Amino acid sequence: MLIKSSHSDDARSSEITARDMYLNRRKFLAGVGLSAVAATGLGAKELLSPSNMAHAADQIAGLQKSPLSTTENITPMNDVTHYNNYYEFSTEKEEPAKLAKNFKTRPWTVAIDGAVPKKLKWDIDTLLKFAPPEERIYRHRCVEGWSIVVPWIGFSLSEVIKRAQPLGKAKFVEFTSIHDPGQMPGQRQQILDWPYTEGLRMDEAMHPLTLLCFGMYGGSLANQDGAPLRLIVPWKYGFKSAKAIVKISFTDKQPNTTWNEANPHDFGFYSNVNPNVDRYHSQAHEHRLGEFRPRPTLMFNGYDQVAGLYSGMDLAKNY
Amino acid sequence: MIRTIKVVVFMVCLVPLGLLAWRFFGAHPTDMTNWGVGLGANPVEALEHGTGDWTLRFLLITLAITPLRKLLRLPSLIKFRRMLGLFAFFYGCLHFTTYLWVDKFFNVHEILADIVKRKYITVGFTAFVLLVPLAVTSTAGWIRRLGGKRWQALHRLIYVSAIAGVIHYLWLVKADIHKPLEYGAILAALLAYRVVMWQRQSSAARSAAVPTLPRKIALQ
Repeated sequence: MLIKSSHSDDARSSEITARDMYLNRRKFLAGVGLSAVAATGLGAKELLSPSNMAHAADQIAGLQKSPLSTTENITPMNDVTHYNNYYEFSTEKEEPAKLAKNFKTRPWTVAIDGAVPKKLKWDIDTLLKFAPPEERIYRHRCVEGWSIVVPWIGFSLSEVIKRAQPLGKAKFVEFTSIHDPGQMPGQRQQILDWPYTEGLRMDEAMHPLTLLCFGMYGGSLANQDGAPLRLIVPWKYGFKSAKAIVKISFTDKQPNTTWNEANPHDFGFYSNVNPNVDRYHSQAHEHRLGEFRPRPTLMFNGYDQVAGLYSGMDLAKNY
Repeated sequence: MIRTIKVVVFMVCLVPLGLLAWRFFGAHPTDMTNWGVGLGANPVEALEHGTGDWTLRFLLITLAITPLRKLLRLPSLIKFRRMLGLFAFFYGCLHFTTYLWVDKFFNVHEILADIVKRKYITVGFTAFVLLVPLAVTSTAGWIRRLGGKRWQALHRLIYVSAIAGVIHYLWLVKADIHKPLEYGAILAALLAYRVVMWQRQSSAARSAAVPTLPRKIALQ
């Protein structure tokens, strides 16, 4: 078991800091809150890696740093946990933080099916031990035009795909999120066609950047951010990164995806971050939460290493 | 008496702006580093949605005056209609300014592309532009200059503007159309009232050949 819970009644210094970060979050970004943080008695090491400070009550042990991480300012955790597009709970972004509070993330199994030699069902706690947990600080860009920088925790999805041993005919991977209207009030309305499904081409799914995520800010993933298990595909718009995954299927045909079915004109299968393609609205700029001025959006959200996956493709057509 | 009520209504109409400003500036308005914090994680979106919502609400309130005068038998409500309509325009200006400034930072190229290419922005921009001549000609002087009949015909543009405003909202949401449909349902009821009254009026005119102009003026 990787996740340790703190049962002590005494607040640890790290928890106090998390609250301090919350209260001073924009001051911290502006660089004038450093003295307040220093006053809590933290050393230079913690100041240099703020992701270690603003974490949840539990902590994931043995975290490895990743060369894939960005050094950009991390978005305060309180923003990332109180501004969520999670339609299974609500279409209002402040609501999932409240409505997901008691969401049950254990027991949890992930089914593997489709083009595999053997259908499998993995318990989440078995699956989480497939590889050592890494902290990956990624840019995350929503198709609505806002962006955040989040220290996710997980390992490359390829670690799971390798163990599933997909057959040669497997060309795509489909992810299915949980369907549980009893726990998820948003699913009691047909706003989207539940359950939520997403998909990647096999080479996209095998790319080292593609993260199977189960933690954030040093601790476990918040329920409202997709606990216990979600995908993070940092060069694609956020909706491609399915939350609360219960099934991974390997297919020979391009799978249907929820947003593409809801609005095929605006949301394509690929949905790579692309400042030059503006199906939903202009994607040339984005609002980084905590910043006043919009900043230019980068091709593939700045993850140029994926460009090779799409060489020779017309990205205006394959949007 | 009416004057006092007008002052009160005026103050009440400013409350939504006051609340937005209060949340934006926070408890320490001189501390710029905290601006926007009270509006949540995405203050740009909160300002855009807040001002847009209130533009639509004031348009609907303005359009509700005529039916309410009849239904509540309160003809003096007409005295508040101009102010409410101007507040719709005022919140529309704030909404448009938020888009131009805080959202787009006066990026002319992107704004023009938006207006031409994004149909929800085209229709929203139309809704706003249609309110401009109404605001300009809202004075007693302009009613006199245009003449009651022409003035009234011009000010029927508010119907088009309100319809365009609701469509703007309907087209901009990604999937959940509940809220735009609520606005749409209220607007449909307010417009249906007018259609019914016009039909009654014209049939009454046909059978009795009574001059209908005075009633028409009261109807808008």
